[in-house]
Amino acid sequence: MENETKVFGFWIYLMTDLIIFAVLFATFIVLHNNTFGGPSGRDLFSLRFALAETLLLLTSSFTCTLAMLDIHREKKKGAIFWLLVTFVLGVAFLVLEWIEFSEFIHEGATWQRSGFLSSYFTLVGTHGLHISTGLLWMLVALFRIGLRPLLAPSISKIFRMALFWHFLDFVWIFIFTVVYGMGTLL
Amino acid sequence: MNFFGKLTLDSLPHVWYTIGATVSIALMCLAAGMFLTKRQKWGWLWNEWLTSTDPKKIGTMYIIFATLMFFRGMIDAAMIWLQQAIAADSQGYLTADHFQQIFTSHGDIMVFFVTMGFFFGLMNWIIPLQIGARDLAFPFLNSLGFWLTVVGGILINLFFIIGGEFANTGWVAITPLSGLEFNPGVGVDYLIWSLQLSGLGSLLAGLNFIVTIIKHRAPGMTLMRMPLFVWTSLCGMILVISAFPVLTATTLLLWLERFFDLHFFTASFGGNQMMYFNLIWMWGHPEVYILVLPAFGMYSEIVSTFSQKRIFGYVSMVCAALMITFLSYLVWLHHFFTMGSGADVNSFFGIVTMLIAIPSGVQVFNWILTMHKGKVTFASPMYWFVGFLITFMIGGMAGILMASPPADFQVHNSLFLIAHFHTMVIGVAIFGAFAGVTYWFPKIFGFMLDERLGKLAFWFWFIGFFVSFVPLYLLGFMGATRRLDHYAASTHWQPLFITSLAGIAIIGCGILIQIVQLIVSIRGRKQVSGDPWNGRTLEWSTSSPPPFYNFAVIPTVTSREPFWDMKQKGMHPSQKREEIVLFKNTGFGLYISGFSFLAAFAIVWRIYWLIALGLLGVIACIIILSFNDEMEEVYDGK
Repeated sequence: MENETKVFGFWIYLMTDLIIFAVLFATFIVLHNNTFGGPSGRDLFSLRFALAETLLLLTSSFTCTLAMLDIHREKKKGAIFWLLVTFVLGVAFLVLEWIEFSEFIHEGATWQRSGFLSSYFTLVGTHGLHISTGLLWMLVALFRIGLRPLLAPSISKIFRMALFWHFLDFVWIFIFTVVYGMGTLL
Repeated sequence: MNFFGKLTLDSLPHVWYTIGATVSIALMCLAAGMFLTKRQKWGWLWNEWLTSTDPKKIGTMYIIFATLMFFRGMIDAAMIWLQQAIAADSQGYLTADHFQQIFTSHGDIMVFFVTMGFFFGLMNWIIPLQIGARDLAFPFLNSLGFWLTVVGGILINLFFIIGGEFANTGWVAITPLSGLEFNPGVGVDYLIWSLQLSGLGSLLAGLNFIVTIIKHRAPGMTLMRMPLFVWTSLCGMILVISAFPVLTATTLLLWLERFFDLHFFTASFGGNQMMYFNLIWMWGHPEVYILVLPAFGMYSEIVSTFSQKRIFGYVSMVCAALMITFLSYLVWLHHFFTMGSGADVNSFFGIVTMLIAIPSGVQVFNWILTMHKGKVTFASPMYWFVGFLITFMIGGMAGILMASPPADFQVHNSLFLIAHFHTMVIGVAIFGAFAGVTYWFPKIFGFMLDERLGKLAFWFWFIGFFVSFVPLYLLGFMGATRRLDHYAASTHWQPLFITSLAGIAIIGCGILIQIVQLIVSIRGRKQVSGDPWNGRTLEWSTSSPPPFYNFAVIPTVTSREPFWDMKQKGMHPSQKREEIVLFKNTGFGLYISGFSFLAAFAIVWRIYWLIALGLLGVIACIIILSFNDEMEEVYDGK
């Protein structure tokens, strides 16, 4: 009952976070043509690269679910293995994002260049920051699985971490569609 | 790079008002510290209050904090009025810049810390009691939310002590004035980070109350059996969780613009200034209803209790609150009809704004019909209620007038607008806070506030309010715009400004009487029963003050007015205690808020190592806390 309340509260938190993203999406959509003579999305974005990032995140969501299944079956080793895989995939995603950002900056497409680039870096960067938080949380969850028995409080905490991770995946799908998809194809 | 970022000796206090404030704050802290040491009360303060997770204590701390901030906001108000009363054909006693800082901080403090502080305090006091719960759903988040609000309040006042200046941009920090180009100092950063911290605190509180109301109601209390204060608070909190993220994101964008030189709202580099207006008012208009919805609920409780009658039209009251909640999302553009959205868009927002009059009118008629044929007793909460009814009607009609875009073009940003929203915020929200505090004070502390002085204070407030704000309505029609630091004597505005100043003197007398009332009440306190007003809802079924666990046995609810029905049937609540699980006290709310405060302060002054330290502190605290699985204590049935 108490853990169910916590999960419900966490869902509400996720909705508030979603509103923050909604504001950032709206900002991006309003400013995406304001390139001020600088590069546009069509010049910069590579849909293939973004697809690779997307596949990494989607796979990590899948492995995260496998970890949750093992936790419910009380298989600690399996859970730790799948969470580690999820963690590595998450780090790989961040590395790709880092490469992408540094390439843009190297080409002179910095966040100071135009309203479009400011809103792009803010939206995608905020997502990246959330991913970093999720990775930190995953480390803490790994420690918890290693140190504590898999009882209700632990399971509830790890479940919320998994919810957070899926939520970030969900947001990324919109980033992929709105920023990269519409930015290169439309 | 400088070790202390932008903070140098030059920025320390060096003008009369910052030095004066520093000295007085230091003296107050010294006096409080000496008092606590002499009475050996430090342990008591820490264990019983600062680390408490009991909503009744957190509620009391919210109200004390809101009261302190109220004095600060009132001093600002008095300074604004004094300046305007004397600044005909002269500069007055304030520089333009100082004057602008004062009205900015006045607005932010009154909205974020005073009104919201009072309401979060009252909700903490009463909502668990009214729904038959022992605590909120997340007691730790409650403590954390409160302390984040407090550190936000400290940050907004910090320039008095550490130096720099406050923002001079108006309370919503409009761009491009709040951008780095026109505001290179730290003032806007203070504003942004104060709102970030207190906004996060409000968000946590809002989330907590929603989960509490949805999940922790006593058995049998269906949604349609909830007291109206719980309903309107639920609506208000739904607005909090959907509007405050917008504020967080918007002020964050503004800060990114200032800190990293991004372009969202700038004129050049492809920013879009109108976007700031849209975003800030998408939060700002729901915020107005966050300030008044809980007050509507309190008035409903009060009018029903003192008319000895159940509320007229309960279902329509709930529908009205829900309709206001829904409509409040769709009206933000009426804050800038004049800024070129075109006739079609303006018409849409104008019509939706007028629609809000319907649920508001429903509520007013229901309140009046509740009194009709009731046994009305005029205790002091009822005075505030009737005063509110009158001011609300006047302010509401002024609002309807401005909802029409062509009319709004005439009074946009004039003192007419100032008068309108002060009628709403003072006449509805602040009167509501006073009514609520007077009404529920005996429940929380076990003794009454002095009725005679309370009624006297009401008359000073009520008359003072009209003496202050009726001139502003007139001045608005005469063309006086808001935020004027001086004006030409040939406008003949000065007599009205002076009248307005006299009004605040009358209100000041009201505040003095309230202080005396509190002292007199504490001195002459007499223990009251659990039910001093002959109440109808569950909070009156426990003793006054309630035990820390609220209810010995969680009551089972079978109607909308469970305690009234119990009294009619001659039943008494059971006193035999069942096993109770409550949250332990914890200092982590304080620690996390403290580190957040350090980080925010460091961001304002760009002290990079301190930013890192603060953030690491926050993260470390959260991780340590996450490994604490034993946050609760069990009390057995004795």
